Amino acid sequence: MLWNSLLLAVRAIRRNVLRSCLTILGIVIGVSAVIVMMTLGDGATQSIKDQISSLGSNTLHVRPGQRMGPGRETTRPPNFKLQDAEAMASQIASVAAVVPAAGSTATVVYQAENWSTSVTGTTSAYFTVGSWRLVAGRFFNDAEERAGKAVCVIGQTVRKELFGTRNPVGEEIRVKRFGCEVIGLLRAKGGSLGPDPDDAVIMPLRTVQRRVTGNDDVTGIQVAVRDGASTAKTVESITALMRERRKIGDTENDNFSVFDTKQIAETLSGTIGVMTMLLSAVAAISLLVGGIGIMNIMLVSVTERTREIGVRLAIGALEQEVLLQFLIEAVALASFGGLVGLVVANIVSVAAAKAIQVPFMFNLQVNILSFCFSALIGVVFGYFPARRAAQLDPIDALRYE
Amino acid sequence: MNGSTAPGVSAQPLLELRGVTKVYGQGQAAFPALRGIDLAIQGGEMVAVMGPSGSGKSTVMNILGCLDVPTEGSYTFRAAHVETMSRRQRALLRRHYLGFVFQGFNLLARTSALENVELPLLYRGEPLRRRREAAAAALASVGLTGWETHAPSELSGGQQQRVAIARAIVTNPALLLADEPTGNLDTQRSREIMDLLAALNRDRGITVLLVTHEQEMARYATRVVHFVDGLVESDHQNGGPH
Repeated sequence: MLWNSLLLAVRAIRRNVLRSCLTILGIVIGVSAVIVMMTLGDGATQSIKDQISSLGSNTLHVRPGQRMGPGRETTRPPNFKLQDAEAMASQIASVAAVVPAAGSTATVVYQAENWSTSVTGTTSAYFTVGSWRLVAGRFFNDAEERAGKAVCVIGQTVRKELFGTRNPVGEEIRVKRFGCEVIGLLRAKGGSLGPDPDDAVIMPLRTVQRRVTGNDDVTGIQVAVRDGASTAKTVESITALMRERRKIGDTENDNFSVFDTKQIAETLSGTIGVMTMLLSAVAAISLLVGGIGIMNIMLVSVTERTREIGVRLAIGALEQEVLLQFLIEAVALASFGGLVGLVVANIVSVAAAKAIQVPFMFNLQVNILSFCFSALIGVVFGYFPARRAAQLDPIDALRYE
Repeated sequence: MNGSTAPGVSAQPLLELRGVTKVYGQGQAAFPALRGIDLAIQGGEMVAVMGPSGSGKSTVMNILGCLDVPTEGSYTFRAAHVETMSRRQRALLRRHYLGFVFQGFNLLARTSALENVELPLLYRGEPLRRRREAAAAALASVGLTGWETHAPSELSGGQQQRVAIARAIVTNPALLLADEPTGNLDTQRSREIMDLLAALNRDRGITVLLVTHEQEMARYATRVVHFVDGLVESDHQNGGPH
């Protein structure tokens, strides 16, 4: 009986292709909207997670000034000095490594090519704490650091702009008015949110202080927290130490900030998760509207096919056979819509993921769930019209004009 | 064929109405369509039911076709009491023993002649091969070999009614009910359809019951029953062109 009803339903759908296509359009749009939202949300979350792991584990960032927002300082807060970093390393037990950095934006030149990038002066621990890897060459060593040698390690974006595909190691680039030997090439980190991490030229701290910024300021300090130590406690210790060193009175606010990048990234990915849920919920409403569309068309179809139903009943179709036929028709339409929706959604997702630069994450669960949901919509919204068809009186139905 | 071609021979009638009344509506608006009908039809007969509109001939056809039940009285089909059957039981009875031909043909649009004819077999749960063979054979017996793939819109009225007849006889029914089968056709096509029904009655022993208001069409029947005002006015055997 099921097989026969299926056959009858397929024949009925085939008899009116255009209307069937229009009927499923709502479901197609609903299903694809849900899947696209979920897939892109997953991609964005994944992209943030990738960035978290590329930041290295348990790293704190200490910067002069409070973070953005209303009530921002009117006077520029003072930068740090190298001694601040040394004090953290020597006085706070839970600190594994302290990386001072001084940076500025500068134009770098190689032969006819030039490129404006961020030039960062730091210590060799920078590479360990930031989980950087080399593609070619080497990092600078302690001796070069102390001597303030004109050597640098460059990121992939800088390499692409200045050298194209050539190997930059051993070449000399000009930064401001001095020449600087490229000794290493970093592996790309990528990431789509925030500034490009690969657009960087890294040199010994002293070199930058002397030749680029012209002072002995440190504009930021990265602190790696020892494994197993409490990040929150370390933040407290750093804050206390810095307040003391910067001579901030008890009633005054901090003129620096310590933040946990990982925590920020996690908050951000949580926010994206909530956004994804909201957008998916809106998309799910469109799926519901699609279901109502199916019910509407099925009701019209039952009215239009009243005589046909009369004939079926007269020649001996049972009530439940007519019910099943119309129900299967609705479910078949809805599932077919769901299937088309899946295909459309994944094509759109791949394109959209590329456009907004997040990884395309095929989510099998979401796909299966959306498909099942569309079939369920067929059952729910197909039942009422199907019951109406099944309960027709054959005599009245045959007489229907 | 099943052999029982001689009318009026078997002791037990194929179907029998006893004291059948049918009242539509209730109270003040109650309208008696049938006011006590007694009618017995033997297997192998070809009966024409005639009468003016409102005489109750459609009502009696609905009851005989197991589409409706009498208000009072009994209807026995092959000794089974139809008036006590549920909707489902009557549907199963129609499925196994009855064939219907309508005035308006009532074929499924945009569906080939073959698929239209095999529809009753689908509800019987026959396998695909048997359905195809039986449907093709039924179409052949109404002279429509070669038209299997045509949709109703590609067929003339006469051809459509022949497809409908093929659909009605594809299950080898005991009783074929035809409600004004020639009502939508011209005289020439009407005669062809009546010839076909008479041949099915004669050659295959299918009992045929038809409603008509045309005297000429009634002449094809072996027996003519006249209805007036919900009662049988006359009931006589017919020489006909047999």
